[in-house]
Amino acid sequence: MSKKSNNGQDSAANGPTFERPIAEIEAKINELETLSQTTKLDISSEIEALQERLKEEIDVVYSDLGAWDRVTVARHPKRPVASDYITSILEDFFELHGDRAFGDDKAIVTGLATMEGRRVMLVAHRKGKTTKERVDCNFGCAHPEGYRKALRKMRLAEKMELPIVALINTPGAYPGIGAEERGQALAIAENILAMFQLRVPIVAIVIGEGGSGGALGIGIGDRVLMMEHAYYSVISPEGCAAILWKDGEKSPDAAEALKLTSGDLRELGVIDEIVPEPAGGAHRDAETAMRSVKEALVRALDELALIPTDELLEQRHQKYRYLGAIEGRFPAPAGPGRADD
Amino acid sequence: MPDPDQNSSSVAHEEVLSPGETAGASPHSDDSPQEPRPGLKEHSEVHVVEKNESEESEHADGAEESGAEKPGRLARMRRSKKKDMPGGLWLKCESCSQVIYRKELEEKGRVCPACDFHFTLPGSDRVKMLLDDGTWTEEYAELVPIDRLNFEEKVTYADKIERTLARMKQNEALICGRGEILGRKVVLAVLDFSFMGGSMGEVVGEKIALAAEMAARDNVPFIVFTSSGGARMHEGILSLMQMAKTCAALDQLNRAGGFSICVMTHPTTGGVTASFATVCDISLAEPGALIGFAGPRVIATTIKQELPPGFQRAEFMLEKGMIDAIVRRTELCQTLAKLIDYRGL
Repeated sequence: MSKKSNNGQDSAANGPTFERPIAEIEAKINELETLSQTTKLDISSEIEALQERLKEEIDVVYSDLGAWDRVTVARHPKRPVASDYITSILEDFFELHGDRAFGDDKAIVTGLATMEGRRVMLVAHRKGKTTKERVDCNFGCAHPEGYRKALRKMRLAEKMELPIVALINTPGAYPGIGAEERGQALAIAENILAMFQLRVPIVAIVIGEGGSGGALGIGIGDRVLMMEHAYYSVISPEGCAAILWKDGEKSPDAAEALKLTSGDLRELGVIDEIVPEPAGGAHRDAETAMRSVKEALVRALDELALIPTDELLEQRHQKYRYLGAIEGRFPAPAGPGRADD
Repeated sequence: MPDPDQNSSSVAHEEVLSPGETAGASPHSDDSPQEPRPGLKEHSEVHVVEKNESEESEHADGAEESGAEKPGRLARMRRSKKKDMPGGLWLKCESCSQVIYRKELEEKGRVCPACDFHFTLPGSDRVKMLLDDGTWTEEYAELVPIDRLNFEEKVTYADKIERTLARMKQNEALICGRGEILGRKVVLAVLDFSFMGGSMGEVVGEKIALAAEMAARDNVPFIVFTSSGGARMHEGILSLMQMAKTCAALDQLNRAGGFSICVMTHPTTGGVTASFATVCDISLAEPGALIGFAGPRVIATTIKQELPPGFQRAEFMLEKGMIDAIVRRTELCQTLAKLIDYRGL
């Protein structure tokens, strides 16, 4: 892997390096299909055989994905992003812009939407599909006004008695001069605190990158879900490698050490449910992937709708207060009992 | 329980862990002389406390990331010949580069006599400085960090914990307990930068939550002092979740009608700033304290620009409306007492 492309992607178009054997078969199939069209030769049996091999290869490669491989899948340029979910699994989306104080951060999209007849408030990190879109929404890196926009709409959701659905997909909150001047840390902290107060159900799902505080700023939920190949981490593997290994090339090692995959997080008790992705990842079959997400979200919303509000808030508080608790590790709480008592 | 008086070992590490040096040109130095007096330069390098590479803090959001500045590295190499100089008589101010007589610095509460820079204070010194004599009872001191991820880089986190515990007289970066400030009962929590850069892992988060709960039960003000590089990345996602845990605890304190004051000291960055530090009822800062989400080097690298003078310092944060007031160290006790008295009970 060259120094320049150590993000694990050959290029934006080609996808992750570990997919190279898959890509080779895909290229071969394409070639044969073109050949059969132009020459009218019947090579359908060869194509079928290759397609069978492709399936097997995908199964083999994806059955043994390392943490770093998953990071590259989570960042795949063809992976469905917020705008795809808005078109595919939501109906009747009405975007609500702006924080009423500074501006309208395009790195976060918020608005009213309906999902299988359930009305919700959507709060989502926004990454574009085209280069222009990506630049417009700052590659999903929000500024304080983005978090304040999200907070404003979440408070509105509370007033309108709408559950909140948060789609998390950000490399992290933006580290820049303006972001610091306008209180990036404060904006995130205020969101986290406020999400413990909102008297409506919150379901959050990491659909791609769960980048540290920038993810958590819209990520407190009664249910926190994660797509199979998404990642969620306190720091990017690159950042961690640079600080601890003093070597950006060690990102794969950092990714392993950080325990950032959906399986790790489920085991640590940080997330409630893993939403499986189609064979070969969400970028291979976006519609199936998004349908699974919708089913999981609907299920979570329906479960939460049955819980009385006060109890919901108490559970949410307990969930984070004793998150990942190991019996006997910390002194027993003097107040209400542990969630798992 | 660590004795607040026994702090000599942590005092000896102030230069080891202060971020101003490794964060490159400290913006703080703009209003003060940049160069040390010529005659004293060589002198200072003889007496400066040895910088120990292995004890540099490591944390997610990086107020301090070592080894990037060439001049700093050179200076360190030169200094490395002068080992065995802990507790030297002189040291150099990380802000104005003035060479200071150590005794004078300690007498002034570790505030630079030349430029008023407030040096990072070991947690035990902070407790001693703030609380009335004999009122301090530390709680939950027995909790030690745990390596739940079996985190391994060049060394394992478990080894790192062991080495840190052997060096320090406390078990975690946060100390908390009960005490009195000029006769007012408080629950006090202090983050100590000399313990793994004051980084927040599971135990730090848990202790903040326990302390907030203690304040709610006792119905006394919750006073927090922060100095931290952010989340402790060796604890991975569990360290990130402490942002949620500490905010949940503060929310609970608020519901119980509690009252909280946070004093951000040099440096307060990353996950600590983005959670409990900034959402207390009153936000104070010490002069010159670096306060921010991302560390200055991360920002400079991202935007490929030099940062404006004074960027992310307490004075800058005050001007931008992000904190309530800047309070000098010598005036902290009176100020906290006054704020506590304003609260109707």
